[in-house]
Amino acid sequence: MSGQPGSDPVTCDVVVVGGGPAGVAGALTAARRGLRVVLLDSGARLGGQYFRHPAVAVRPGTAGFDRFVRQARALDRQARVLLRHQVWAVSRDDDLVVHCLAPGGGAVTVRCRGLLIATGAHDRALPFPGWDLPGVLTAGGAQALLKGDGVVAGRRIVVAGTGPFLLPVGAGLAGAGARVLGVFEAGGGLGLARHPLPALARAGEAAGYALALARHRVPYRTRRAVVAAHGERELEAVTVARLDRDWNVLATRRIACDTLAVGYGFVPQIDLGVQLGCDTRADVDGSPVLAVDGAQRTSVEGVWAAGEPTGVGGWRLAELEGRIAGLAIAAHAAPDAPAAGRVTEALIRRRGRLRAFGRALQEAYPVRPGWRGWLRDDTLVCRCEEVPLGRIREALRLGATDARSVKLLARPGMGWCQGRVCGYAVARLAGEPPGPPRRPVVQPVSLGTLAEPPHPLSWKDLP
Amino acid sequence: MSDAFQITVDGRPVPVTRGQTIGAALHAAGVRSWRTTRLGGRPRGLFCGIGICFDCLVSVNGRPPERACLLDARPGDEVTTS
Ligand SMILES: Cc1cc2nc3c(=O)[nH]c(=O)nc-3n(C[C@H](O)[C@@H](O)[C@H](O)COP(=O)(O)OP(=O)(O)OC[C@H]3O[C@@H](n4cnc5c(N)ncnc54)[C@H](O)[C@@H]3O)c2cc1C
Ligand code: FES
Repeated sequence: MSGQPGSDPVTCDVVVVGGGPAGVAGALTAARRGLRVVLLDSGARLGGQYFRHPAVAVRPGTAGFDRFVRQARALDRQARVLLRHQVWAVSRDDDLVVHCLAPGGGAVTVRCRGLLIATGAHDRALPFPGWDLPGVLTAGGAQALLKGDGVVAGRRIVVAGTGPFLLPVGAGLAGAGARVLGVFEAGGGLGLARHPLPALARAGEAAGYALALARHRVPYRTRRAVVAAHGERELEAVTVARLDRDWNVLATRRIACDTLAVGYGFVPQIDLGVQLGCDTRADVDGSPVLAVDGAQRTSVEGVWAAGEPTGVGGWRLAELEGRIAGLAIAAHAAPDAPAAGRVTEALIRRRGRLRAFGRALQEAYPVRPGWRGWLRDDTLVCRCEEVPLGRIREALRLGATDARSVKLLARPGMGWCQGRVCGYAVARLAGEPPGPPRRPVVQPVSLGTLAEPPHPLSWKDLP
Repeated sequence: MSDAFQITVDGRPVPVTRGQTIGAALHAAGVRSWRTTRLGGRPRGLFCGIGICFDCLVSVNGRPPERACLLDARPGDEVTTS
């Protein structure tokens, strides 16, 4: 720790970006070993996606929640937790400099020697006719409303997409009183039999959700997808199709509903790592993720990553990776410290098992190419810039050969969300896997904010 | 702050439980869209729910647009839709 007590800028040992399972575990582990830790999260409460909870005291049924609350309380005492802080960039001089927007829009910078990227993931969306009608939500969005705000997304709800996440979403909505008209899994269902070891450990969880669905008489159907949404100003009905194994439509029927929760897996948020030049690798599904070594270290000195940004694997893996990163960062900061509290073989083995399980799940629920056939020429692919498929096809006809040139010609992904929502679809339509996202500014910053000198975090801001 | 209060949407009251976002409160009250797109005039409300998609931009108390799904509702907030 350098800098003088008072209001001089301070260089802390670690900044953790993200207060989900990975970030909280990493921050607490490092703080417990004496490091000065600052954790930043854009949300109003710690928890990230999995441990999201309402402000008014209730105990959600989330597995592991009580332990998480204890960790979060301990973290509050041992580190500086800055909520409602959106990190928009990380740069480097002698230190790493984390740039964020404080509530109210003021700019704050935090200097640090070590950075832990624990920014999680967001839902992967696929376009289809009508997917931009109000009432169509991502599966994670519906889950976030329920977990964080206590709001049931609708009365008559269809859940669709692919992946094991559809089960808790359907079960949660049905349990909260919604009429869930069906959970439509586009894939062939759990192909986990080939991975007996991890499957056994977690089959209980899936079985629990399946049981909950059955109790509420919610049909779970595989090889089915919502291929169109209908309505005048809001969602009124969806077309559910029976699919072949490549997701081409075999037959359709219409279901009246007011809400659709749809998601095709998750996209890791790696833009801060890409800004810093961290190496990426292709995950099982082709998505770029941050490459890390056994100690969760990226290719860039002083930068670690944990949780979904290193590959989608669920909250248990995220928490464990966070813990390993915290231990590794502490060992790096004090290489002569006692070996107790180092990354152990047991932790590494457990991480290996959880990663194998994560990979097996991703292999069991791939996105198949037939979804492209669900789109019409006038179907929006980019919701922000309102770019329909026809314009993307035109760009390809004009000679665009990759996602980048499609973007330059037809402008998908050039709007507010910077291609987070349509990036996967645009890349696949251009015939390539999605590339690492290049976003010099991760969160929108006003010119007024940029013009003002940022407030550097100083000694008196720390515990 | 009490656990239940109100905000208004174009002058109409909408109930809020403390800690709810503006987006969640509007959605729960059946207000599912609060802006239209620039080109096609398409209605937009919540989509991703976690600050990724920017569909839910909203103007509160006359401020420039912010993401409704990230913004905590405060007693007396005035939301204007376009
Ligand atoms: C919407 C959504 C809902 C989900 N719900 C569930 C669920 O109910 N059950 C389940 O098993 N899995 C769920 N998941 C899957 C999720 O990925 C979990 O596996 C788990 O939460 C991952 O933990 P994590 O720590 O890696 O990331 P997260 O829990 O996603 O935490 C990342 C944190 O980083 C913050 N962050 C990201 N970027 C920035 C930035 N630039 N500045 C500041 N803060 C930033 C975010 O606000 C977030 O709090 C959900 C995923 C999504 C996208
Ligand atoms: S709903 Fe996507 S940013 Fe708010």
